[in-house]
Amino acid sequence: MPRVCVHGPLRQLAGGAAEHKLQAGTVLELLRELEREHPALGGWIVDERGLIRQHINVFINGERGGEDTAVAADARVEILPAITGG
Amino acid sequence: MTELLVSTKKGLFALSGEPGGDWEIGARAFAGEPVDYAVRDPRTRRVLATMTSPFYGPKVFCTERPASDWGAAKRHEGWEQAQGVTLPEGGEQALERIWVIAPGEADGLMYAGGDPGVLFQSADGGSTWEINAGLWEHDTRPKWQPGGGGLCVHSIAPWPGDPDKLSVAISAAGVWHTDDGGRSWRRGNQGLTPRYLPDEVIAELNLPEPPPDADTALCVHHMERAPARPERMFIQFHGGVYRSDDAGSSWSEIGAGLPSDFGFPLAVDPADPDSAYVIPLVADMDRVMPEGRVRVYETRDGGETWAPRGDGLPQQHAYLTVLRQAFQRKGSGPSLEIYFGSTTGEVFGSGDAGATWFEVTARLPPVYAVSAS
Repeated sequence: MPRVCVHGPLRQLAGGAAEHKLQAGTVLELLRELEREHPALGGWIVDERGLIRQHINVFINGERGGEDTAVAADARVEILPAITGG
Repeated sequence: MTELLVSTKKGLFALSGEPGGDWEIGARAFAGEPVDYAVRDPRTRRVLATMTSPFYGPKVFCTERPASDWGAAKRHEGWEQAQGVTLPEGGEQALERIWVIAPGEADGLMYAGGDPGVLFQSADGGSTWEINAGLWEHDTRPKWQPGGGGLCVHSIAPWPGDPDKLSVAISAAGVWHTDDGGRSWRRGNQGLTPRYLPDEVIAELNLPEPPPDADTALCVHHMERAPARPERMFIQFHGGVYRSDDAGSSWSEIGAGLPSDFGFPLAVDPADPDSAYVIPLVADMDRVMPEGRVRVYETRDGGETWAPRGDGLPQQHAYLTVLRQAFQRKGSGPSLEIYFGSTTGEVFGSGDAGATWFEVTARLPPVYAVSAS
């Protein structure tokens, strides 16, 4: 089952746990499942259009992915706010 | 004692003090986050604040706690996130920002206006919200155009005592009115002249019966209703100050006597429908105060004449900008309190209806909005 790791304020909204094991085939399915388990996350990572917010990056086994990126059963998914600044 | 909620680029500040006396910054919330607007509901004392995280999008939060109990709250700890402030799932648009939150004319009724041209309403004081479908699904919406700040519902003007009547202003989709609690909406733009558009468009607007979609690109900057005479309304337009005496159906320009026709904020005296205040800026291409002098302009005759009020305000090399939500009043009549904040972090106030002014504070982050209670 894929593992998803959340950081910053998202961790608190996800019940305080750093890592969650969720069943999903794509990144978007994974994020929707995370929202279903933790409704307080609704709208924080994915917007109304079903798009990952512009300044949030999702990495699957260290590679940046998007909504449709496949997530294998042993994948490790990191949700990270983008590093911004000069 | 007056409380100011000052929304800034780097958090929400609560200040307290008396006109002309010492002011204290008592609390800061949402540290580091852009807070677009905050208001304390005078009926419940609940504070509603909206912030637009560059990472996580726009969110509305509420708290029952007085500012003295906010402590050193980091981010939104201790605040309840309001639910339902979102566009319909699966559409082609996402909520960009909430610009304003305003109490309505029924118990628990609140409104929130935002970008893209969206109005939300709450029946429980701001805990849960739903989109106003009448405005969201209006058949002219595909022709609405955004202003420089986006397609924003920035002005919400309830009708005192009647929750069915409401007016809103949208940049740049003009003025809208409802008489049935928001189920249906009609325009109220007759007389507004968008001098920034080509002459042929203006000529079309001035026809006895203009085409139905002729008045979509109307960049209203701020709109207020005079509570003592609700059919009287004022607008600071993108080029001109206007007054309506027929509840916002038609408008007459009243800006003669002002140093420019451009600006954003506008305030009214709730006791006197002839009194209004604006803060002109040089022009759309130079959004600072004329001559580097900080002056609020006041009319006491419904816009027939205007007088500068700058006693106590910087009068040399003060190139300030005041945004549309950063101008607020408390009370009425001769002791009307007026406050405004600048994008350079100053907050100024008057406790005598603009006759004299004092500095409230000077080193805040850029001020987005001010509310007073």
